Amino acid sequence: MKMQQNFFKSVTHRFSAKVALTSCLIAASACTALPAIAGKANNTLGMAYDQAPENIDPYYNNVRIGVIIAANVWDTLVYRDPRTNEYKGQLAKSWKQIDPKTIEFELREGIKFHNGEEFDADSVVFTLNYVSDPKNKAVTQQNVKWIDKVEKLDKYKVRVISKEPFPAAIDYLATTLAIHPAKYYKEVGPAGMNAKPIGSGPYKIVENVPGKSVSLERNADYFKESPKAQPTINKVKIRFIPDRQTQMAEVMSGGEDFIMHVPKDQADNLKTLPHLQVLSGNTMRIVFLQFNTMDGAPSPELKDVRVRKAIAHSIDREAILKNIVGGGELINTICTPSQVACSSDGATIYKYDPALSKKLLAEAGFPNGLSLDLMAYRERNQTEAMINNLQAVGVKAKLSFMQYAAMRDLARANKTAITHQTWGSNLVNDASASTPVYFGGGSDDVSRDPEVIKLLEKADQTVDPVERKALYNKALVIISEKAYAVPLWTLPVYYVANKDVKFTPYHDELVRFWEMGWK
Amino acid sequence: MIGYLFKRLGLAVLVALTVSIIAYLLLHLTGDPAVALAGEGAGEADIEMIRKTYGFDRPLAVQYADWLWHIVRGDLGTSVYFKTAVGPLVFSKLETTLLLALYALAFALCISVPLGVLAAIYKNSWIDRLCLAIAVFGQALPNFFFALILIMLFSISWRMLPVSGSGTWQHFVMPAIALGYYVAPAFMRLIRAGMIEVLGADYIRTARAKGLSPSTVIFKHALRNAIVPVVALAAVQLGFLLGGSVVIETIFALDGLGYLAYQSITFKDFPVTQIIVLLLSVIYILLTLASDIANAWLDPRIRVA
Repeated sequence: MKMQQNFFKSVTHRFSAKVALTSCLIAASACTALPAIAGKANNTLGMAYDQAPENIDPYYNNVRIGVIIAANVWDTLVYRDPRTNEYKGQLAKSWKQIDPKTIEFELREGIKFHNGEEFDADSVVFTLNYVSDPKNKAVTQQNVKWIDKVEKLDKYKVRVISKEPFPAAIDYLATTLAIHPAKYYKEVGPAGMNAKPIGSGPYKIVENVPGKSVSLERNADYFKESPKAQPTINKVKIRFIPDRQTQMAEVMSGGEDFIMHVPKDQADNLKTLPHLQVLSGNTMRIVFLQFNTMDGAPSPELKDVRVRKAIAHSIDREAILKNIVGGGELINTICTPSQVACSSDGATIYKYDPALSKKLLAEAGFPNGLSLDLMAYRERNQTEAMINNLQAVGVKAKLSFMQYAAMRDLARANKTAITHQTWGSNLVNDASASTPVYFGGGSDDVSRDPEVIKLLEKADQTVDPVERKALYNKALVIISEKAYAVPLWTLPVYYVANKDVKFTPYHDELVRFWEMGWK
Repeated sequence: MIGYLFKRLGLAVLVALTVSIIAYLLLHLTGDPAVALAGEGAGEADIEMIRKTYGFDRPLAVQYADWLWHIVRGDLGTSVYFKTAVGPLVFSKLETTLLLALYALAFALCISVPLGVLAAIYKNSWIDRLCLAIAVFGQALPNFFFALILIMLFSISWRMLPVSGSGTWQHFVMPAIALGYYVAPAFMRLIRAGMIEVLGADYIRTARAKGLSPSTVIFKHALRNAIVPVVALAAVQLGFLLGGSVVIETIFALDGLGYLAYQSITFKDFPVTQIIVLLLSVIYILLTLASDIANAWLDPRIRVA
C-alpha cells in the first residue's frame, strides 16, 4: 500500500507545474471547509459499516450492525459476560427456574429509559408478549417464537414461560431480547421505534437517517449496577459505506476511526500504516462441507460413506486455516465450540491424508477418481483451496458460486451434492442454535439420519444440562462417524482502527462502545 | 414531421415496455424471491407465508400485469427492506443523482471542448496524439478503478477532499470527475471531427482573409458550428451518466439513486430495484427521444429515415 502511494506520488510529482498549482488551489479551498468530525480530540468515534439496518428496532432487523446498535442502546434482562460466558443480572436482579418451562425474574428498581419512562414489569411483559406474537411479524422469529407468554407477578417480578422446555432460554434473554419502554412502544410501535429509538442502554440514539447514518450519544444517567461499564466515549457516529475499499480509504485518511469485517489480505496491508492498528478476533460462525446423501440426489456416490470419508481426509484443514483463513480455530463437530452442549469428545477426526483418501476412493470403486458438484456462497478463496485439495486425490469438484438464497433453494429441492456452508447461530451460545438446523430433520437437513434426528429432538427438550450434553454428544459423534459433513473451522473477523482507539474483540462480534475508549 | 414523431414515440413506448418486463423478471434471477426475503434460518412455513403475502404463487404473467397496472395508477409499491412507499423513497434521492450527472457532464465538457479544439487545430501533430491518448485512457480506464485512484491521491495522499458522503459540494468533486472522465472522449472526438470539417469550410477562409484574429475565428466562427451535434450527444450521455452513477455513488457513499439501487440489490429489496431500473430506463428513453426529435427538427433529412 505504501509502495503504491509512493508510486502515485512520484508519478504526480512529474506532472507539470500548472496541474500542481491548480490542485493546490482546490486543496486550499477544500481544506478550509473540511471539518474533523470524528477522533480522539472530539471524543467522537467514527465507524463505517457496509449494511444499513432496515429498522433500528432490534426485533425488526437481522443485520449484524443492528445487533451491535441494540447491545449499546438497549438492555436485556440478563447479561452474558463475553470473557467467561457467565450470565449476570442486568435489568433483572436475579432469576430462578420454577419448572422446565418457567423462569421467574426479580427486576431492578429505579432504572429509567432514555425518554424518562420508568422500567418495571410492564416493560418486560409488553415487549416480550408483543414481539413473540406472530401477528406483529418480528423479523427475528427464531429469537422469539419459543416464548409462550410473559406474566406480571408484581411491579418488579415477572415469569417468562416457554412453549416447550427450552434450556437455551437464558441465552436468548441475555443476547437478543431487548426490553422496550412499554408505554412508548405501545404508542408508536416498531415504525415509531425506528423513527425515534428509545432504550435504557449506555448509549442513546440522537439521530437516525435511514440507509445513511446513525448517531449515538453517551447516556450520562446509565444505571451504575449494570454489568456493562459506564461509557466514556461521548459520541459515536455510524456511517453506512457499502464499498469496502472506500471504508479502508476512510480509516487511512482519518475520516473514520473504526471498521470491521476487513478481508485478511487487506487487513495485512493496512498493518503497515503507522496510524492504524489491526485487531482480529474469533467468531461464532462455523464453516463446514455438507454432503447430500438423500435418495434422488444428483450425486449418489455420496451415499457411500467411504467416498465421504475420502473427501474428509483429502482436505488440508490446518494449512488452509493458517494460510488462507488466517485466524479462527479448527472445529471437529458441527457446532461452535463455545456453545453450551457443544463438544467433540469421541468424535472421529479426519486427519489430512491424501494417500488414505485415494485408497478409500479405490475401495469405493473410484480408482480413477470422480466428478462432483460443489456449491458455495461466500469465502470463495477457501472453497477454491479445498477444490485444489480434492483435485489432488482425483475428485474433480465443479464449483457453482451463487447467492445464499439460491444455494439454499437448491439444497431444499434436493439438487445439491456438496455445499460449502457457514452458520453463525444468530449469536445464540447454545448448540440448539446450530446442530439441529442441519441435522434435526428440518428443511436444511440433507442427510436425514433418523437416529441423529431423534437424539437431537430429545436433547432440545431435556433440561438437565449433563443429560442434554450427553445426548448432543451422541448425535455429534454419529454425524462425525458417518461423515455427513466435514467440520472445518470458525471464521475470524478483522477490525481496523485508529491507533488511539482502545478496543477488545470478542467471539460474538459485538462492538461494545461502552467499553471502548482512547489510548 | 408528425408521422416521424409518432413513429419515434411508438418505438419509445415499446422499448419502455420491454424494459419493464426485464425489470420485473430481474427479481427471479437470483432464485426464489420468497426464499431470499425469508433470509438465513427461515423455515418452510415462513417461506410459504411470504410467497402468499407477496403473491409469488401466481403465474408470472399475472404478477407482471398486476405490477404494471399499479405503476400506471401511480402506486409504486412498498419497499420490502425500509418498509416505506417506494415512490417518495426513490424520488427523494433523484436530486442528488441528477446533480451528480450534471456536474459530471459539465466536467466532461470542460475537458473535452478545449482538448477537441486543440486536437483539431494541431491536426496530426503530437498535440493531437496526446489529446487522443488522454481520450483513449479515459475510455479504457474502468471508472471504479479511476475513482479509487482519485481517492488515493486527493484523500489519502493530499488530504484535500473527503473520501465519501454527501453533505457538501466537496463530496461531489471526485464522483463528478470519475464519472465525467469516462464520457469525455466521445465528446472530444465529436468536437475534433466537427472542428476539422468546419475549419476547412469556405467561410472560415473568408473570416481569416478579413484579418480576424485566430482566436475569434476559432471560437466565434468555427466552434459555434462544430458544437451543435454535441448538444444532441449530451442528452444521450446524460442518461448514460445516470445509469453509471450506481457504481460511483456506491464507491463514494453518495446518498443518491445509484446508492439506493445498490442497497436494494444487496437487500433483495426488489420493488425498489425494479422501480429504479424502470425510472432510469425511462429517463434514458426520453432523453434519446428528445435528442432524436431535436435532430430531426434541425435536419429535415433525418425525418425521412
